[in-house]
Amino acid sequence: MAEFLAGFLQTNLGIVVLVAAQCLLFTIILFVALAFLMYADRKVWAAVQQRRGPNVVGIYGLLQSFADFVKYIAKEIIVPAGADRFVYFLAPMLSFVLALIAWVVVPFNDGWEIASLNVAILYVFAMSSLEVYGVIMGGWASNSKYPFLGALRSAAQMISYEVSIGLIIIGVIISTGSMNLTDIVRAQEGNFGFFNWYWLPHLPMVFLFFISALAETNRPPFDLPEAESELVAGYQVEYSSTPFLLYMMGELIAIVLMCALVTILFFGGWLSPIPGLPDGVMWMILKMSFFFFIFAMVKAIVPRYRYDQLMRIGWKVFLPLSLGWVVFIAFMAKFEILGAFWARWAMLGMGG
Amino acid sequence: MGMAIDWTRATKYFLLMDMWKGFQLGMKYFMAPKATLNYPHEKGPLSPRFRGEHALRRYPNGEERCIACKLCEAICPAQAIVIDAEPRADGSRRTTRYDIDMTKCIYCGFCQEACPVDAIVEGPNFEFTTETREELYYNKEKLLENGDRWEAEIARNIELDAPYR
Repeated sequence: MAEFLAGFLQTNLGIVVLVAAQCLLFTIILFVALAFLMYADRKVWAAVQQRRGPNVVGIYGLLQSFADFVKYIAKEIIVPAGADRFVYFLAPMLSFVLALIAWVVVPFNDGWEIASLNVAILYVFAMSSLEVYGVIMGGWASNSKYPFLGALRSAAQMISYEVSIGLIIIGVIISTGSMNLTDIVRAQEGNFGFFNWYWLPHLPMVFLFFISALAETNRPPFDLPEAESELVAGYQVEYSSTPFLLYMMGELIAIVLMCALVTILFFGGWLSPIPGLPDGVMWMILKMSFFFFIFAMVKAIVPRYRYDQLMRIGWKVFLPLSLGWVVFIAFMAKFEILGAFWARWAMLGMGG
Repeated sequence: MGMAIDWTRATKYFLLMDMWKGFQLGMKYFMAPKATLNYPHEKGPLSPRFRGEHALRRYPNGEERCIACKLCEAICPAQAIVIDAEPRADGSRRTTRYDIDMTKCIYCGFCQEACPVDAIVEGPNFEFTTETREELYYNKEKLLENGDRWEAEIARNIELDAPYR
Protein backbone atom coordinates (compact mmCIF):
# COMPACT_ATOMS: atom_id res chain seq x y z
CA MET A 1 0.00 0.00 0.00
CA ALA A 2 2.71 2.45 1.00
CA GLU A 3 4.61 1.48 -2.10
CA PHE A 4 1.57 2.06 -4.27
CA LEU A 5 1.02 5.45 -2.64
CA ALA A 6 4.65 6.47 -3.17
CA GLY A 7 4.34 5.41 -6.82
CA PHE A 8 0.99 7.15 -7.26
CA LEU A 9 2.37 10.43 -5.95
CA GLN A 10 4.99 10.34 -8.70
CA THR A 11 2.32 10.31 -11.42
CA ASN A 12 0.85 13.53 -12.79
CA LEU A 13 -2.54 12.82 -11.21
CA GLY A 14 -0.84 12.01 -7.94
CA ILE A 15 0.98 15.33 -7.91
CA VAL A 16 -2.23 17.22 -8.66
CA VAL A 17 -4.07 15.37 -5.88
CA LEU A 18 -1.22 15.97 -3.46
CA VAL A 19 -1.04 19.69 -4.19
CA ALA A 20 -4.83 20.01 -3.98
CA ALA A 21 -4.77 18.25 -0.61
CA GLN A 22 -2.01 20.53 0.63
CA CYS A 23 -3.96 23.61 -0.50
CA LEU A 24 -7.10 22.34 1.21
CA LEU A 25 -5.27 21.57 4.43
CA PHE A 26 -3.55 24.93 4.43
CA THR A 27 -6.77 26.81 3.66
CA ILE A 28 -8.60 25.14 6.52
CA ILE A 29 -5.79 25.91 8.97
CA LEU A 30 -5.59 29.49 7.71
CA PHE A 31 -9.35 30.06 8.06
CA VAL A 32 -9.43 28.73 11.60
CA ALA A 33 -6.41 30.89 12.42
CA LEU A 34 -8.14 33.87 10.81
CA ALA A 35 -11.16 33.44 13.03
CA PHE A 36 -8.99 33.74 16.11
CA LEU A 37 -6.84 36.51 14.64
CA MET A 38 -9.97 38.56 13.99
CA TYR A 39 -10.91 37.96 17.60
CA ALA A 40 -7.40 38.89 18.77
CA ASP A 41 -7.50 42.06 16.69
CA ARG A 42 -10.74 43.16 18.31
CA LYS A 43 -9.55 42.20 21.78
CA VAL A 44 -6.34 44.21 21.43
CA TRP A 45 -8.24 47.17 20.10
CA ALA A 46 -10.68 46.91 22.99
CA ALA A 47 -7.93 46.52 25.59
CA VAL A 48 -6.18 49.71 24.50
CA GLN A 49 -9.48 51.54 24.87
CA GLN A 50 -10.03 49.85 28.24
CA ARG A 51 -13.02 47.95 26.90
CA ARG A 52 -13.61 44.23 27.18
CA GLY A 53 -14.19 43.39 23.55
CA PRO A 54 -16.13 40.31 22.50
CA ASN A 55 -16.65 38.15 25.59
CA VAL A 56 -20.03 36.49 25.24
CA VAL A 57 -19.84 33.80 22.53
CA GLY A 58 -17.86 30.86 23.89
CA ILE A 59 -15.46 31.18 26.80
CA TYR A 60 -13.91 34.65 26.78
CA GLY A 61 -15.77 35.22 23.50
CA LEU A 62 -13.40 32.92 21.63
CA LEU A 63 -16.11 31.76 19.24
CA GLN A 64 -17.18 35.29 18.30
CA SER A 65 -15.76 35.07 14.79
CA PHE A 66 -17.68 31.87 14.09
CA ALA A 67 -20.90 33.53 15.22
CA ASP A 68 -20.08 36.48 12.95
CA PHE A 69 -19.43 34.09 10.09
CA VAL A 70 -22.84 32.51 10.49
CA LYS A 71 -24.44 35.94 10.73
CA TYR A 72 -22.73 37.17 7.57
CA ILE A 73 -23.71 34.23 5.41
CA ALA A 74 -27.27 34.19 6.77
CA LYS A 75 -27.92 37.81 5.73
CA GLU A 76 -29.63 38.86 2.54
CA ILE A 77 -27.47 39.89 -0.41
CA ILE A 78 -28.59 43.30 -1.58
CA VAL A 79 -27.50 44.49 -5.03
CA PRO A 80 -27.86 48.23 -5.59
CA ALA A 81 -30.00 49.40 -8.49
CA GLY A 82 -27.91 50.05 -11.58
CA ALA A 83 -24.99 47.99 -10.34
CA ASP A 84 -23.00 45.99 -12.83
CA ARG A 85 -23.95 42.60 -11.42
CA PHE A 86 -21.11 40.61 -12.94
CA VAL A 87 -18.35 42.95 -11.78
CA TYR A 88 -20.16 43.58 -8.51
CA PHE A 89 -19.93 39.92 -7.55
CA LEU A 90 -16.59 39.30 -9.22
CA ALA A 91 -14.82 42.03 -7.20
CA PRO A 92 -15.03 40.51 -3.69
CA MET A 93 -14.17 37.08 -5.06
CA LEU A 94 -11.13 38.53 -6.80
CA SER A 95 -10.05 40.29 -3.62
CA PHE A 96 -10.44 37.11 -1.60
CA VAL A 97 -8.89 34.66 -4.06
CA LEU A 98 -5.88 36.85 -4.83
CA ALA A 99 -5.17 37.31 -1.13
CA LEU A 100 -5.41 33.57 -0.65
CA ILE A 101 -3.31 32.31 -3.58
CA ALA A 102 -0.32 34.46 -2.61
CA TRP A 103 0.15 32.05 0.30
CA VAL A 104 1.22 29.09 -1.84
CA VAL A 105 4.86 30.22 -1.89
CA VAL A 106 5.14 31.17 1.77
CA PRO A 107 7.43 28.74 3.60
CA PHE A 108 6.46 28.03 7.21
CA ASN A 109 9.43 25.76 7.78
CA ASP A 110 12.29 24.46 5.69
CA GLY A 111 10.41 22.96 2.75
CA TRP A 112 6.95 23.62 4.19
CA GLU A 113 5.53 25.44 1.21
CA ILE A 114 3.01 24.37 -1.38
CA ALA A 115 5.06 25.63 -4.34
CA SER A 116 8.77 26.39 -4.25
CA LEU A 117 8.96 29.13 -6.85
CA ASN A 118 12.32 30.65 -7.70
CA VAL A 119 10.59 34.01 -8.20
CA ALA A 120 8.42 33.60 -5.12
CA ILE A 121 8.83 37.14 -3.85
CA LEU A 122 7.81 38.56 -7.24
CA TYR A 123 4.80 36.27 -7.26
CA VAL A 124 3.66 37.44 -3.82
CA PHE A 125 4.25 41.03 -4.87
CA ALA A 126 2.26 40.56 -8.08
CA MET A 127 -0.66 38.97 -6.28
CA SER A 128 -0.84 41.65 -3.63
CA SER A 129 -0.63 44.31 -6.36
CA LEU A 130 -3.56 42.73 -8.20
CA GLU A 131 -5.68 42.99 -5.07
CA VAL A 132 -6.27 46.63 -5.86
CA TYR A 133 -8.48 45.49 -8.74
CA GLY A 134 -10.93 43.92 -6.30
CA VAL A 135 -11.28 47.25 -4.57
CA ILE A 136 -11.55 49.36 -7.73
CA MET A 137 -14.01 47.00 -9.37
CA GLY A 138 -16.13 46.81 -6.23
CA GLY A 139 -16.25 50.57 -5.86
CA TRP A 140 -17.04 51.12 -9.51
CA ALA A 141 -19.61 48.37 -9.92
CA SER A 142 -21.61 49.52 -6.89
CA ASN A 143 -22.91 52.51 -8.89
CA SER A 144 -22.74 54.72 -5.83
CA LYS A 145 -20.76 57.84 -4.90
CA TYR A 146 -18.97 56.89 -1.69
CA PRO A 147 -17.78 53.47 -2.81
CA PHE A 148 -16.45 55.12 -5.95
CA LEU A 149 -14.53 57.73 -3.96
CA GLY A 150 -13.19 54.99 -1.70
CA ALA A 151 -12.10 52.93 -4.69
CA LEU A 152 -10.30 55.89 -6.27
CA ARG A 153 -8.44 56.64 -3.06
CA SER A 154 -7.56 53.02 -2.66
CA ALA A 155 -6.21 52.74 -6.18
CA ALA A 156 -3.83 55.67 -5.73
CA GLN A 157 -2.82 54.60 -2.24
CA MET A 158 -2.06 50.97 -2.97
CA ILE A 159 -0.13 51.76 -6.13
CA SER A 160 1.94 54.46 -4.40
CA TYR A 161 3.04 52.20 -1.61
CA GLU A 162 3.71 49.24 -3.86
CA VAL A 163 6.52 51.28 -5.37
CA SER A 164 8.38 51.60 -2.09
CA ILE A 165 7.57 48.01 -1.04
CA GLY A 166 9.06 46.86 -4.34
CA LEU A 167 12.24 48.85 -3.79
CA ILE A 168 12.61 47.59 -0.23
CA ILE A 169 12.24 44.03 -1.46
CA ILE A 170 14.94 44.68 -4.07
CA GLY A 171 17.36 45.45 -1.24
CA VAL A 172 16.66 42.06 0.32
CA ILE A 173 16.98 40.35 -3.06
CA ILE A 174 20.37 41.98 -3.65
CA SER A 175 21.59 40.81 -0.26
CA THR A 176 20.37 37.27 -0.83
CA GLY A 177 21.03 36.81 -4.52
CA SER A 178 17.77 34.91 -4.83
CA MET A 179 14.04 35.61 -5.03
CA ASN A 180 13.09 32.32 -3.46
CA LEU A 181 11.61 32.89 -0.02
CA THR A 182 13.25 29.76 1.36
CA ASP A 183 16.64 31.01 0.15
CA ILE A 184 15.97 34.41 1.70
CA VAL A 185 15.37 32.76 5.06
CA ARG A 186 18.37 30.44 4.72
CA ALA A 187 20.59 33.43 3.95
CA GLN A 188 19.72 34.77 7.38
CA GLU A 189 20.99 31.67 9.13
CA GLY A 190 24.14 32.09 11.20
CA ASN A 191 25.93 31.73 14.50
CA PHE A 192 24.42 34.79 16.10
CA GLY A 193 20.72 33.86 15.82
CA PHE A 194 18.70 37.01 16.18
CA PHE A 195 21.55 39.27 15.04
CA ASN A 196 22.04 37.33 11.80
CA TRP A 197 18.65 38.28 10.45
CA TYR A 198 18.12 40.95 7.83
CA TRP A 199 16.54 43.42 10.23
CA LEU A 200 20.02 44.53 11.27
CA PRO A 201 21.64 45.19 7.88
CA HIS A 202 18.34 46.51 6.52
CA LEU A 203 17.26 48.27 9.70
CA PRO A 204 15.59 51.42 8.36
CA MET A 205 13.82 49.42 5.68
CA VAL A 206 12.13 47.22 8.28
CA PHE A 207 10.13 50.22 9.48
CA LEU A 208 9.50 51.46 5.96
CA PHE A 209 8.29 48.04 4.94
CA PHE A 210 6.02 47.74 7.94
CA ILE A 211 4.48 51.17 7.37
CA SER A 212 4.09 50.49 3.65
CA ALA A 213 2.45 47.19 4.52
CA LEU A 214 -0.07 49.10 6.63
CA ALA A 215 -0.85 51.33 3.65
CA GLU A 216 -0.90 48.41 1.22
CA THR A 217 -3.46 46.51 3.28
CA ASN A 218 -5.58 49.61 3.97
CA ARG A 219 -5.05 49.33 7.69
CA PRO A 220 -5.20 52.33 9.99
CA PRO A 221 -3.60 54.90 9.95
CA PHE A 222 -3.96 54.54 6.19
CA ASP A 223 -7.52 53.22 6.07
CA LEU A 224 -8.62 56.05 3.80
CA PRO A 225 -10.48 53.79 1.37
CA GLU A 226 -12.74 52.79 4.25
CA ALA A 227 -12.61 55.98 6.31
CA GLU A 228 -15.72 55.37 8.40
CA SER A 229 -15.98 59.00 9.41
CA GLU A 230 -16.12 60.41 5.89
CA LEU A 231 -16.88 57.65 3.39
CA VAL A 232 -19.00 55.39 5.63
CA ALA A 233 -17.04 52.27 4.60
CA GLY A 234 -15.55 53.28 1.25
CA TYR A 235 -15.72 50.64 -1.43
CA GLN A 236 -17.60 48.25 0.88
CA VAL A 237 -20.63 50.49 1.42
CA GLU A 238 -22.97 48.67 -0.97
CA TYR A 239 -21.82 45.19 -0.02
CA SER A 240 -23.65 42.94 2.38
CA SER A 241 -23.71 39.33 3.46
CA THR A 242 -21.24 36.91 1.88
CA PRO A 243 -19.61 39.37 -0.59
CA PHE A 244 -18.87 41.65 2.35
CA LEU A 245 -17.50 38.71 4.28
CA LEU A 246 -15.21 37.91 1.34
CA TYR A 247 -13.87 41.47 1.37
CA MET A 248 -13.28 41.32 5.10
CA MET A 249 -11.55 37.98 4.90
CA GLY A 250 -9.48 39.05 1.90
CA GLU A 251 -8.32 42.07 3.81
CA LEU A 252 -7.44 40.03 6.87
CA ILE A 253 -5.64 37.39 4.81
CA ALA A 254 -3.60 40.16 3.17
CA ILE A 255 -2.68 41.52 6.60
CA VAL A 256 -1.55 38.13 7.85
CA LEU A 257 0.38 37.69 4.60
CA MET A 258 2.17 40.97 5.30
CA CYS A 259 3.01 39.66 8.78
CA ALA A 260 4.46 36.54 7.15
CA LEU A 261 6.44 38.66 4.67
CA VAL A 262 7.95 40.86 7.39
CA THR A 263 8.90 37.70 9.24
CA ILE A 264 10.49 36.05 6.22
CA LEU A 265 12.22 39.07 4.74
CA PHE A 266 13.61 40.65 7.88
CA PHE A 267 13.14 38.37 10.86
CA GLY A 268 14.45 35.03 9.74
CA GLY A 269 11.25 33.09 9.06
CA TRP A 270 11.39 29.80 10.94
CA LEU A 271 14.91 30.37 12.31
CA SER A 272 15.37 30.35 16.05
CA PRO A 273 16.42 33.70 17.55
CA ILE A 274 18.69 32.05 20.11
CA PRO A 275 21.58 29.95 18.78
CA GLY A 276 21.22 26.39 20.05
CA LEU A 277 17.44 26.30 20.16
CA PRO A 278 15.95 24.23 17.32
CA ASP A 279 14.49 26.06 14.31
CA GLY A 280 10.93 25.27 13.44
CA VAL A 281 7.47 26.27 12.40
CA MET A 282 6.66 27.53 15.90
CA TRP A 283 9.14 30.39 15.50
CA MET A 284 7.44 31.39 12.27
CA ILE A 285 4.01 31.34 13.95
CA LEU A 286 5.36 33.17 16.98
CA LYS A 287 6.93 35.93 14.93
CA MET A 288 3.84 36.30 12.77
CA SER A 289 1.67 36.56 15.87
CA PHE A 290 3.97 39.22 17.24
CA PHE A 291 3.73 41.29 14.08
CA PHE A 292 -0.01 40.82 14.00
CA PHE A 293 -0.10 42.18 17.52
CA ILE A 294 1.87 45.21 16.36
CA PHE A 295 -0.57 45.63 13.47
CA ALA A 296 -3.46 45.53 15.93
CA MET A 297 -1.74 47.96 18.31
CA VAL A 298 -1.05 50.41 15.49
CA LYS A 299 -4.73 50.31 14.58
CA ALA A 300 -5.59 51.16 18.16
CA ILE A 301 -3.12 53.97 18.80
CA VAL A 302 -2.80 56.06 15.64
CA PRO A 303 -5.11 58.69 14.18
CA ARG A 304 -5.89 58.53 10.47
CA TYR A 305 -3.68 60.34 7.95
CA ARG A 306 -5.09 62.98 5.70
CA TYR A 307 -5.01 62.00 2.05
CA ASP A 308 -2.38 64.52 0.95
CA GLN A 309 -0.19 63.51 3.91
CA LEU A 310 -0.49 59.90 2.84
CA MET A 311 0.61 60.75 -0.68
CA ARG A 312 3.41 62.98 0.59
CA ILE A 313 4.85 60.24 2.78
CA GLY A 314 4.57 57.68 0.01
CA TRP A 315 6.21 59.70 -2.76
CA LYS A 316 8.38 62.26 -1.00
CA VAL A 317 9.72 60.25 1.93
CA PHE A 318 9.41 56.53 1.32
CA LEU A 319 10.29 56.50 -2.36
CA PRO A 320 13.57 58.52 -2.11
CA LEU A 321 14.58 56.68 1.07
CA SER A 322 14.01 53.22 -0.33
CA LEU A 323 15.54 54.13 -3.68
CA GLY A 324 18.61 55.53 -1.93
CA TRP A 325 18.80 52.37 0.15
CA VAL A 326 18.77 50.17 -2.95
CA VAL A 327 21.73 52.09 -4.36
CA PHE A 328 23.52 51.89 -1.01
CA ILE A 329 22.86 48.15 -0.64
CA ALA A 330 23.91 47.49 -4.23
CA PHE A 331 27.21 49.28 -3.60
CA MET A 332 27.88 47.59 -0.26
CA ALA A 333 27.00 44.16 -1.59
CA LYS A 334 28.88 44.46 -4.85
CA PHE A 335 32.16 45.43 -3.17
CA GLU A 336 31.48 43.16 -0.20
CA ILE A 337 32.11 45.91 2.31
CA LEU A 338 31.85 44.41 5.80
CA GLY A 339 32.08 40.99 4.17
CA ALA A 340 28.84 39.05 4.35
CA PHE A 341 26.99 41.65 6.41
CA TRP A 342 25.17 42.81 3.29
CA ALA A 343 26.50 40.39 0.69
CA ARG A 344 25.00 37.17 1.99
CA TRP A 345 25.04 35.59 -1.47
CA ALA A 346 28.85 35.75 -1.54
CA MET A 347 29.04 33.84 1.71
CA LEU A 348 26.54 31.17 0.78
CA GLY A 349 27.70 30.66 -2.77
CA MET A 350 24.19 31.23 -4.11
CA GLY A 351 23.45 32.95 -7.42
CA GLY A 352 23.96 36.68 -7.66
CA MET B 1 16.45 82.80 1.41
CA GLY B 2 16.20 79.15 2.17
CA MET B 3 14.05 77.67 4.87
CA ALA B 4 15.64 76.96 8.23
CA ILE B 5 15.42 73.26 8.96
CA ASP B 6 14.09 72.32 12.37
CA TRP B 7 16.57 69.56 13.05
CA THR B 8 15.01 68.44 16.31
CA ARG B 9 11.68 68.00 14.67
CA ALA B 10 13.19 66.24 11.65
CA THR B 11 15.12 63.83 13.88
CA LYS B 12 12.03 63.06 15.90
CA TYR B 13 10.11 62.49 12.68
CA PHE B 14 12.61 60.03 11.25
CA LEU B 15 13.09 58.20 14.57
CA LEU B 16 9.30 57.76 14.69
CA MET B 17 9.25 59.31 18.14
CA ASP B 18 5.52 59.94 18.17
CA MET B 19 5.00 56.33 17.17
CA TRP B 20 7.06 55.00 20.11
CA LYS B 21 5.34 57.31 22.54
CA GLY B 22 1.97 56.32 21.20
CA PHE B 23 2.91 52.68 21.53
CA GLN B 24 4.04 53.19 25.12
CA LEU B 25 0.79 54.92 25.96
CA GLY B 26 -1.17 52.21 24.19
CA MET B 27 0.58 49.49 26.18
CA LYS B 28 -0.07 51.39 29.39
CA TYR B 29 -3.80 51.32 28.70
CA PHE B 30 -3.56 47.76 27.37
CA MET B 31 -2.41 46.66 30.82
CA ALA B 32 -4.76 48.96 32.73
CA PRO B 33 -7.90 47.53 34.33
CA LYS B 34 -11.01 47.69 32.17
CA ALA B 35 -13.28 50.66 32.52
CA THR B 36 -16.37 48.73 31.43
CA LEU B 37 -18.39 46.49 33.72
CA ASN B 38 -19.30 43.02 32.57
CA TYR B 39 -22.89 44.20 32.76
CA PRO B 40 -25.33 41.39 33.31
CA HIS B 41 -22.89 39.85 35.79
CA GLU B 42 -21.50 43.01 37.34
CA LYS B 43 -23.54 46.10 38.14
CA GLY B 44 -22.59 49.59 39.15
CA PRO B 45 -23.64 51.11 42.49
CA LEU B 46 -27.05 52.85 42.71
CA SER B 47 -27.88 55.88 44.80
CA PRO B 48 -30.77 55.51 47.27
CA ARG B 49 -32.37 58.33 45.30
CA PHE B 50 -32.24 56.38 42.06
CA ARG B 51 -35.50 56.77 40.17
CA GLY B 52 -36.35 53.53 38.43
CA GLU B 53 -39.49 51.51 37.89
CA HIS B 54 -42.57 52.67 39.79
CA ALA B 55 -44.22 50.74 42.60
CA LEU B 56 -47.29 51.20 44.80
CA ARG B 57 -46.51 50.41 48.43
CA ARG B 58 -48.60 48.89 51.19
CA TYR B 59 -48.71 49.35 54.94
CA PRO B 60 -47.25 46.49 56.99
CA ASN B 61 -50.78 45.21 57.64
CA GLY B 62 -51.31 44.74 53.92
CA GLU B 63 -53.53 47.79 53.35
CA GLU B 64 -52.58 49.80 50.28
CA ARG B 65 -51.20 53.23 51.07
CA CYS B 66 -52.70 55.14 48.15
CA ILE B 67 -55.70 57.28 49.17
CA ALA B 68 -56.50 58.47 45.63
CA CYS B 69 -55.68 62.13 46.34
CA LYS B 70 -54.55 62.40 42.70
CA LEU B 71 -51.67 64.77 43.54
CA CYS B 72 -49.34 62.58 41.46
CA GLU B 73 -51.73 62.68 38.54
CA ALA B 74 -51.91 66.44 38.85
CA ILE B 75 -48.17 67.05 39.04
CA CYS B 76 -47.09 64.53 36.41
CA PRO B 77 -45.51 66.68 33.67
CA ALA B 78 -45.87 63.93 31.10
CA GLN B 79 -49.47 63.20 32.10
CA ALA B 80 -48.59 59.55 32.30
CA ILE B 81 -50.77 58.77 35.35
CA VAL B 82 -54.53 58.12 35.25
CA ILE B 83 -56.46 57.57 38.50
CA ASP B 84 -60.14 56.74 39.14
CA ALA B 85 -61.47 56.53 42.69
CA GLU B 86 -64.61 55.42 44.55
CA PRO B 87 -65.42 54.95 48.22
CA ARG B 88 -64.84 51.34 49.20
CA ALA B 89 -67.44 49.21 51.06
CA ASP B 90 -65.79 50.05 54.41
CA GLY B 91 -66.12 53.75 53.61
CA SER B 92 -62.43 54.48 52.93
CA ARG B 93 -61.37 56.25 49.78
CA ARG B 94 -59.29 54.07 47.44
CA THR B 95 -58.40 53.91 43.79
CA THR B 96 -60.33 51.69 41.42
CA ARG B 97 -57.85 52.41 38.68
CA TYR B 98 -54.20 53.49 38.85
CA ASP B 99 -52.45 53.40 35.48
CA ILE B 100 -48.99 54.62 34.56
CA ASP B 101 -47.97 54.73 30.94
CA MET B 102 -44.27 53.87 31.31
CA THR B 103 -43.60 54.94 27.73
CA LYS B 104 -44.76 58.47 28.58
CA CYS B 105 -43.07 58.66 31.98
CA ILE B 106 -39.93 60.79 32.09
CA TYR B 107 -38.81 59.44 35.48
CA CYS B 108 -38.67 62.92 37.04
CA GLY B 109 -39.77 61.64 40.44
CA PHE B 110 -42.42 64.34 40.95
CA CYS B 111 -45.07 61.71 41.74
CA GLN B 112 -43.15 60.34 44.70
CA GLU B 113 -42.41 63.90 45.86
CA ALA B 114 -46.10 64.81 45.66
CA CYS B 115 -47.36 61.71 47.43
CA PRO B 116 -48.41 62.52 51.03
CA VAL B 117 -48.40 58.86 52.13
CA ASP B 118 -45.32 57.53 50.29
CA ALA B 119 -47.55 55.27 48.24
CA ILE B 120 -46.18 55.79 44.73
CA VAL B 121 -42.38 55.52 44.62
CA GLU B 122 -39.73 54.98 42.02
CA GLY B 123 -37.80 51.90 43.02
CA PRO B 124 -34.23 50.82 42.26
CA ASN B 125 -35.22 48.52 39.38
CA PHE B 126 -34.13 49.70 35.95
CA GLU B 127 -34.32 46.35 34.15
CA PHE B 128 -37.96 46.15 33.11
CA THR B 129 -37.70 46.01 29.36
CA THR B 130 -40.52 44.31 27.52
CA GLU B 131 -41.05 42.89 24.09
CA THR B 132 -44.23 44.82 23.40
CA ARG B 133 -45.36 48.35 24.04
CA GLU B 134 -48.59 47.17 25.71
CA GLU B 135 -46.65 45.55 28.52
CA LEU B 136 -45.39 48.98 29.54
CA TYR B 137 -48.92 50.31 30.22
CA TYR B 138 -48.84 49.48 33.93
CA ASN B 139 -52.06 49.12 35.90
CA LYS B 140 -52.75 49.09 39.62
CA GLU B 141 -52.28 45.36 39.93
CA LYS B 142 -48.85 45.48 38.31
CA LEU B 143 -47.77 48.46 40.42
CA LEU B 144 -48.87 46.82 43.67
CA GLU B 145 -47.06 43.66 42.65
CA ASN B 146 -43.90 45.74 42.07
CA GLY B 147 -44.40 47.24 45.52
CA ASP B 148 -44.55 43.82 47.10
CA ARG B 149 -41.50 42.63 45.21
CA TRP B 150 -39.26 45.64 45.90
CA GLU B 151 -40.55 46.69 49.35
CA ALA B 152 -37.35 45.72 51.17
CA GLU B 153 -35.10 47.78 48.88
CA ILE B 154 -37.54 50.70 48.69
CA ALA B 155 -37.91 50.90 52.48
CA ARG B 156 -34.13 50.79 52.88
CA ASN B 157 -33.62 53.55 50.30
CA ILE B 158 -36.23 55.81 51.94
CA GLU B 159 -34.59 55.29 55.31
CA LEU B 160 -31.10 56.03 53.91
CA ASP B 161 -32.28 59.19 52.19
CA ALA B 162 -34.39 60.42 55.13
CA PRO B 163 -31.60 62.46 56.85
CA TYR B 164 -31.18 64.58 53.73
CA ARG B 165 -34.83 65.52 53.26
